[in-house]
Amino acid sequence: MDSSTMFAFRPVVHAPGGGQPVAPAVKLRNFSRRFGANTVLDNINLDIAEGEFVALLGRSGSGKTTLLRTLAGLDAVHEGEVNVPAARAVVFQEPRLLPWKRVWSNILIGLDTRALGGAKAAHALALRALSEVGLAHRVDAWPATLSGGEAQRAALARALVREPKLLLLDEPFASLDALTRIRMHRLVAALCQTHNPAVLLVTHDVDEAILLADRVLILAEGKLIVEQRIDLPRARQPGHPQFVSLRRFFLESLGVELDEDAAASSVSPSVIAGA
Amino acid sequence: MSVPASSQSLSLSVPVWLQRSATTIVLLLTWECASSVGLIPARILAAPTAVAGTFWSMLASGELESNLLVSLGRVVIGLSIAIVLGTTLALTAGLSRVGEMAIDAPMQMLRTMPFLAMVPLFILWFGIGETPKIALVTLGATFPIYLTLFSGIRSVDKKLVETGNCFGMNRSALIRHVILPGALPSFLVGLRYSLGIAWLSLVVAEQVNANAGIGYLIMDARDYMRTDVIVVCLLVYSLLGLGTDFLVRVIERYALAWRPSLIATS
Repeated sequence: MDSSTMFAFRPVVHAPGGGQPVAPAVKLRNFSRRFGANTVLDNINLDIAEGEFVALLGRSGSGKTTLLRTLAGLDAVHEGEVNVPAARAVVFQEPRLLPWKRVWSNILIGLDTRALGGAKAAHALALRALSEVGLAHRVDAWPATLSGGEAQRAALARALVREPKLLLLDEPFASLDALTRIRMHRLVAALCQTHNPAVLLVTHDVDEAILLADRVLILAEGKLIVEQRIDLPRARQPGHPQFVSLRRFFLESLGVELDEDAAASSVSPSVIAGA
Repeated sequence: MSVPASSQSLSLSVPVWLQRSATTIVLLLTWECASSVGLIPARILAAPTAVAGTFWSMLASGELESNLLVSLGRVVIGLSIAIVLGTTLALTAGLSRVGEMAIDAPMQMLRTMPFLAMVPLFILWFGIGETPKIALVTLGATFPIYLTLFSGIRSVDKKLVETGNCFGMNRSALIRHVILPGALPSFLVGLRYSLGIAWLSLVVAEQVNANAGIGYLIMDARDYMRTDVIVVCLLVYSLLGLGTDFLVRVIERYALAWRPSLIATS
């Protein structure tokens, strides 16, 4: 019943060769999740290294949100082994700010003001976190006055102010308009470079996954069916031939059949032939 | 085309407050005229001028203030007990399953009972002093507080509770920072209902064996067919209702400053 014992943080594991330290921030072994007779996640094995950005793609109902909720500690572990760092934070699809607390106070929810060095130091900390996401001017605003993009940036600041070892992003850009989404992609990419947490981004936007992730996983019917490292140099361009072939590959893995016209829309025919 | 033009110039020259109160003024004038020519006898309804005069003399003699104070005291005490009682019950029922099972069913049963019908029982239980009057106010005002706060607690956005959990809030922090602020708007709606019911209960309670208070003034005036005094007291009741409603609005403005509707208007 007590899930906290399952989430004990394990020390950094070094590779036998003594070269690069292998430091899995997240380690899942034979993890399954069933709701009654329905198996949502089936025998998942997954490592996420420290500072690694992993995107998890899947159709609706594939179990990706359940996996994220497990890593967030919002869903108890019944079967298998789940190791995640204690310092972790979530950005949900909706901003989920407390409407009765001003923005700065929302950033600090659940944190002990005294441990932060008093009210003044806490406010300064919130202001720093908000400056990082370009929201310093809204520090004393009510959440109801924020735009969708601003609210989601505040939610991002609320997660990052905790300096998480694991950042969980649950389709955080899904409800934003296209232009705001592009800006958010850049912001998240930059902030993840600065703070360097392990990241699990749950999304069903293939382009978003290729744009941001070091590694893309595809979940289908509770199993990880695809694991693909993305070696494209940053900042990645959706028109890049390799980007296009990755997109095609992921979409096909997700069961979306592309006709030639759609696939060729932004790429020369020779590249498709090569892919 | 000349007709709308002239009506527009009329509405521009007459101030808005006068336009809005025109009907009332006409009614008052008609009432006054009917009284002065004897169409409405004073034992049926006193003339507006007589009411105004009585109002002034009751103020001057201190009769109105002293009785008002007694009534106000009963409402304040009764309502305070109701707020404490209703809030305690709602928190207990709202925050625990055991509490809900123990409290909610009996409260839902009791609430369907017309509480004003309890007056005879209350007199038998508590005599004819202050206790039955305050008890009646408390009984009436507790239910709206309980019902709205209980449903307010239960309808707090589960996602916000989960978020609080996720960001390290313990149970007491969750109650303090998520559940109670989330239920506050409902509570204030309940408080407004309670204030209305408190005044209503007071009217009924004070008309039974009271020797002070607005209700007592009314009963006393009935015995002497002083319709002017009765009308003054009715006006005082409605002013008190307006006043307390205004008070809750002020509280809402401060306590719910974060709500989008209030942000937009301020």
